[in-house]
Amino acid sequence: MELKANIPSGPIAEKWSKHRFDMKLVNPANKRKYSVIMVGSGLAGGAGAASLAELGYNVKVFCYQDSPRRAHSIAAQGGINAAKNYQNDGDSVWRLFYDTVKGGDFRAREANVFRLAELSVNIIDQCVAQGVPFGREYGGTLANRSFGGALVSRTFYARGQTGQQLLLGAYQALMRQVGTGQVKMFPRREMLELIVVDGRARGIVARDMVSGNLETHLADAVVLATGGYGNVFYLATYAKGCNGTAIWRAYKKGAAFGNPCYTQIHPTCIPVHGDYQSKLTLMSESLRNDGRIWVPKKAGDTRPPHQIPEDERDYYLERKYPTYGNLAPRDISSRAAKQVCDEGRGVGPGGLGVYLDFAESIQRLGAAKIAEKYGNLFEMYERITDEDPYKVPMRIYPATHYTMGGLWVDYNLMSTIPGLLVGGEANFSDHGANRLGASALMQGLADGYFILPYTVGNYLAGTKLEKVSEDHPEAKAALAAVAERVRRLLSMKGKRTVTSFHRELGKIMWEHCGMARNRAGLEQALRKIPALREEFWKNLDLPGSADELNQSLEMAGRVADFLELGELMCLDALEREESCGGHFREEYQTPDGEALRDDERFCHVAAWEYAGEGRKPTRHVEPLSFQDVPLQTRSYK
Amino acid sequence: MSGNGKTLNLTLHVWRQKNAADKGRFVTYQAKGVSPDMSFLEMLDVVNEDLTLKGEDPIAFDHDCREGICGTCSVVVNGRPHGPRTRTTACQLHMRTFRDGDTLVIEPWRAKAFPVVKDLIVDRSALDRIIAAGGFVSVPTGSAPDGNAIPVPKENADKAMDAAACIGCGACVAACPNASAMLFTAAKVAQLALLPQGQPERWLRVRMMVAAMDEAGFGSCTNHGECEAVCPKGIELDVIARMNRDYLRASLRGAEESKGGDGAA
Repeated sequence: MELKANIPSGPIAEKWSKHRFDMKLVNPANKRKYSVIMVGSGLAGGAGAASLAELGYNVKVFCYQDSPRRAHSIAAQGGINAAKNYQNDGDSVWRLFYDTVKGGDFRAREANVFRLAELSVNIIDQCVAQGVPFGREYGGTLANRSFGGALVSRTFYARGQTGQQLLLGAYQALMRQVGTGQVKMFPRREMLELIVVDGRARGIVARDMVSGNLETHLADAVVLATGGYGNVFYLATYAKGCNGTAIWRAYKKGAAFGNPCYTQIHPTCIPVHGDYQSKLTLMSESLRNDGRIWVPKKAGDTRPPHQIPEDERDYYLERKYPTYGNLAPRDISSRAAKQVCDEGRGVGPGGLGVYLDFAESIQRLGAAKIAEKYGNLFEMYERITDEDPYKVPMRIYPATHYTMGGLWVDYNLMSTIPGLLVGGEANFSDHGANRLGASALMQGLADGYFILPYTVGNYLAGTKLEKVSEDHPEAKAALAAVAERVRRLLSMKGKRTVTSFHRELGKIMWEHCGMARNRAGLEQALRKIPALREEFWKNLDLPGSADELNQSLEMAGRVADFLELGELMCLDALEREESCGGHFREEYQTPDGEALRDDERFCHVAAWEYAGEGRKPTRHVEPLSFQDVPLQTRSYK
Repeated sequence: MSGNGKTLNLTLHVWRQKNAADKGRFVTYQAKGVSPDMSFLEMLDVVNEDLTLKGEDPIAFDHDCREGICGTCSVVVNGRPHGPRTRTTACQLHMRTFRDGDTLVIEPWRAKAFPVVKDLIVDRSALDRIIAAGGFVSVPTGSAPDGNAIPVPKENADKAMDAAACIGCGACVAACPNASAMLFTAAKVAQLALLPQGQPERWLRVRMMVAAMDEAGFGSCTNHGECEAVCPKGIELDVIARMNRDYLRASLRGAEESKGGDGAA
């Protein structure tokens, strides 16, 4: 396998515009002769499908939810970055580029990141024009807030529901195309296989989740925008349905998987509170604008927070990172929280929590101002914990939130399978080893609105495709493979539920491939996961049948794939013998406990190629070079 | 947490319906040892784990984000969509709201426009059709002016955001004695009518969306206000008044403006 990144030549600031000129165009009259499959309807998928349809392509959109409006982009709270410099505080495309490369700990592709920063300004314009009700100043202009890893205020927001509003903007654009017939929508469908003909992606096999029917859908190109795979940890901030099945099917059909071990553990989530718990809930990073994070100085201090005097509190982020303070990047803030809890200074049940305290801000700004900014988040916190954050500090702890890894793509977002493009969180592209806050929405929409519409056209214009029918042997084989997997899942009649396997996998992953990793632990995980997978395929107790709405069956298929994907994550984490961003190997740290990169050996993307059942996948390398932001040790002090 | 280790024992009467063709019926289950810190859906998860291990079909219910924003969860608890707590989706409803020994009747949304798919799951695609009819601004990608080119008074932006907070769950329809989708439709109409970006299509939009709403089989609004009472996002009846005003004006303006309108009030 050859990894060709296809980065355009020339100075970084001119690459994208030069590339747009170099790309081939499809004659407008011919666009209607092409069909594109979009799997996923979140920011990347919804925006991409709407934009492709506006250009005249015939688009089929698939989502597992009952409506495209429910994709998990909707849950993003805090905001979206853009280098508008409306605040006149020194922001620019170059600064957003710089912050993102540095934030990613020099493990992202410079050219991609620059393009992302460049497109960020167009995204805001597009969303405003769609009627997204962004927060505004009294003069009627757009308002901004600050997010982690930046010293400028460049985050645009719609209260604590920015993801919701951006997604609904994309959804409405998509529904306009559904209304014109340019998009055909397939809700409650799950992609279970990729169809590859003559080395090119030509379709998918999807299951109708209501009737159980397996369907073959063919097209000239397939785009996956299916989100991240953080639910491999079971407890995560993802929606319950989020899964890695589409990208895993593509991986097993030959698409390389980039940096699977790069996962983001978000520092501010509501702590775990019981064995029955089904998910974790994020409290937006934007809260760190006004909330101060602290723990008691003394280990084992069980006094309630208001009884702990100021000089017995440790505002550890402000102490360790005076420049960025409570707005230190996510990976660093999460590790710092883990560290103080490991020292026995954590708060709340089990000692796995730190305070996020608004007392000072409420005193300074008044409760009304805080409610205006964060009201819905405070309400959400109160619903879950039964505590009022206006009166007592929130308790928070890190939780799995995002996966920077994903299918490897070139500059055109093309995977190693021609005709299979990947957008949004599902690809590995722009965030390196750590994503900055408010950058996921930016990337999803940049991919969807402004990159895929060009690069899909470029592929179609430059490729001669034979007509493929449902009777093609590859299409029939893919359909048969899905039917067989469904049959096997239902045939075991074992003793353990899907959820029990998923929970156990999640525990293994969190313990050995979570916030801190080491060789011994990863090797242990690499023994435990295959054993668990073997048990799964013998002892699964799955109720119901294939030809009905069967939520247990849906989950079983996803967990079966997580049981393989988790192993690849551990393997990648084991072989990356350095610490970078969210990948923290305990063996590789500075004397003061910061991540220690090894640029000599690991300044590259690891892209894994599937080698067949039971064989170790092959690790390929795409070297990264840093011309415009020279390699340096990341410091937020 | 408020749990204090005390658990609850509950009796559940749950609507079970194999598929759209099945008649459906209530089945009674005992939920024992429920932690007050569980969410309502986590309580159903526990019941389902038990049913699975007993070889019975688990209860199908829609859910996804479990943080009150995706709008997927949709159960009626004791006659009230999303259960007894105001401004709270079923996934954010916690068992501490209930008392030991309580009996809970759990049903799907009931409305002609929302046919039952299985158990507690209904088909809400009619709401998507209302949006597809006009719930958007026609602004193809790439054609937008600078974000600050058109100032929007903060008050309008805030009111638009209040209306835009709708999560499309359909509780308003489920609560309405007429199964009307007025609150849902009006929230989108109001959001876009409050913003300068929504003006060019303002009159056409309201007519198209109301027509789609009627066509989908939703009932008409007779001002009961049940929708507002159950809306988990606190969407207010004001939006319906706004939509009615716009609808009347749009109807009076006639065919000419219905093709686009000049946006002038």
